[in-house]
Amino acid sequence: MRGPALSTRGLAKSFGSLVVARDIAIELPRGVRYALIGPNGAGKTTLINLMTGMLRSDAGRIFLDDEDITQLAPEQRVRRGLVRTYQINSLFPHLTALESVTLAVCERRRVAGTWWRQLAAYREEIGEAYEILSALTLGPVCHRPTRELAYGQQRLLEIALALATRPKVLLLDEPAAGVPREESKELFAAIAGLSREITVLFIEHDMDIVFRFATRVIVMVGGRVLVEGPPQEVAADPQVRAVYFGKAMGKSDGLRRESVP
Amino acid sequence: MALSEAEITPQRYLQAQTRWHPSEIAFWLATLLPYVLFPNYLALASQIAIAALFALSLDLILGYAGIVSLGHAAFFGIGAYTAGLVSKHGWGEPLTGLAIAALAAGIVGYATSFVICRFRHLALIMLTLGFGLLLGELANSAGWLTGGMDGLQGIHMWKLGGYFHFDLFGKTAYSYALAILFVLFLFARRLIHSPFGLTLRGIRENFVRMPAIGAPSHSHIRTIYTIAAAIAGIAGALLAQTTETVSLDSLGFERSAEVVVILVLGGPGKLYGGLVGAMVFMVARDRFSGIEPQYWYFWIGILLVGVVLFLPNGILGGIMHLTSRWRRS
Repeated sequence: MRGPALSTRGLAKSFGSLVVARDIAIELPRGVRYALIGPNGAGKTTLINLMTGMLRSDAGRIFLDDEDITQLAPEQRVRRGLVRTYQINSLFPHLTALESVTLAVCERRRVAGTWWRQLAAYREEIGEAYEILSALTLGPVCHRPTRELAYGQQRLLEIALALATRPKVLLLDEPAAGVPREESKELFAAIAGLSREITVLFIEHDMDIVFRFATRVIVMVGGRVLVEGPPQEVAADPQVRAVYFGKAMGKSDGLRRESVP
Repeated sequence: MALSEAEITPQRYLQAQTRWHPSEIAFWLATLLPYVLFPNYLALASQIAIAALFALSLDLILGYAGIVSLGHAAFFGIGAYTAGLVSKHGWGEPLTGLAIAALAAGIVGYATSFVICRFRHLALIMLTLGFGLLLGELANSAGWLTGGMDGLQGIHMWKLGGYFHFDLFGKTAYSYALAILFVLFLFARRLIHSPFGLTLRGIRENFVRMPAIGAPSHSHIRTIYTIAAAIAGIAGALLAQTTETVSLDSLGFERSAEVVVILVLGGPGKLYGGLVGAMVFMVARDRFSGIEPQYWYFWIGILLVGVVLFLPNGILGGIMHLTSRWRRS
């Protein structure tokens, strides 16, 4: 049997005296849908930044498919299949949706550096980009500049860009942030429909969505992993309940559901 | 509009965007007008073509990849001095002189690109400015090589193609500069419509996002910076060859600032912006300096402020805006 898709050992990071990650050891088995939850400032986005190499860790190791990727640059990790999206839209405002995704496909196929052939001649690459956009319902607006797209469509384009790199492990930082509740269900339906080959870890505050779409849950508090397990167990865990109910938390952080469907 | 978009394939849609527009063909035909209309101004016309080529090279890094440079004249100057020195030391053949100048500027561009690719915005402006000043002082102090303040003398060009000598009226000079501009324009046009061109626009639009889609931005920036340096070197070489002199101002700060002004006037990121900007700037300078020899920069200043205030995408951006509005109504 093959090992986990992504794992970390003893990952640590601090900014001066502020410890944002301490001794983080997690293992993401292949094809699992993981939710990463925790109160604001727990270090969830920091963990994604560490795993993708946007931040350098002070200590610890990161493995992708059992290969040690701790020393690799962000773009090298992406090329090996570890890909992220951003909590706040980080797109290409003046490129069209199709151009943006075609760019990502060209980078993956290592043709983004060729200048002597016209872009339009790369029919397969453009076709693949168009398919990805169509599957995420963005086909009809693919020639619109990104900045003219509706907010929800821009969130989908974030995911389309990530998919264009053919990820093995996809880290989604609050994919539905700022999207109305009804639309966020559709967005997660699209995520749930992704190939089982892809391992997904998503940060999400809405417990409804966490319980519906996650097969396992990681709870982070104060830069540490508090609990890891299936949603039911995590919801019943006394430590988790203490974190969520023991202190006054923002309403988005509250555990809204106790029973699990 | 939505209907026609749905009917054609995305491949065809992108293909259509790279096709030659009738206004482009008209533009290039118009570059032949000076022979008929202003035969006494061909020397100025060749200066315009050279400034246009220089601005085109800046457009590739500034307009497309978002790399702001206030020291681009360094490469113009390296090209000019290289071409001048090659000729002065006995090899006056113009085309090989251009090639050698391009090589020299390209090598320096490649060497500095390793630093350039790691910075953005203000830091980049200061860095390029610093490189430019550094090189200017080097050329000044190396008087034995460059002639220092007196400029490089003793350049003599052979006949172009063994047949056309560089005449006093600038007929050969303009034809030569225009031909080189056109060839390199075709190259630049090809480049920006390629996957690499799309990559450059991605870097301009969101530098931070590029690594997250697996793009080695640094190596892409090194490539385009080297290409832009080589083209700037060719522009400088053209000036040296057509005027048969090189002075320190060919790599001074003023020339670096001037080419940014030309590109901003015309409109960056549109390929033709530098060309249009060069025409407007050079003609305006010629007229204004004729009227008021001392204060002509005053008028250039007014022109620049006016364009930035009322035409944020440059003169070309304003024209494109007008034509698209006219077409809609």
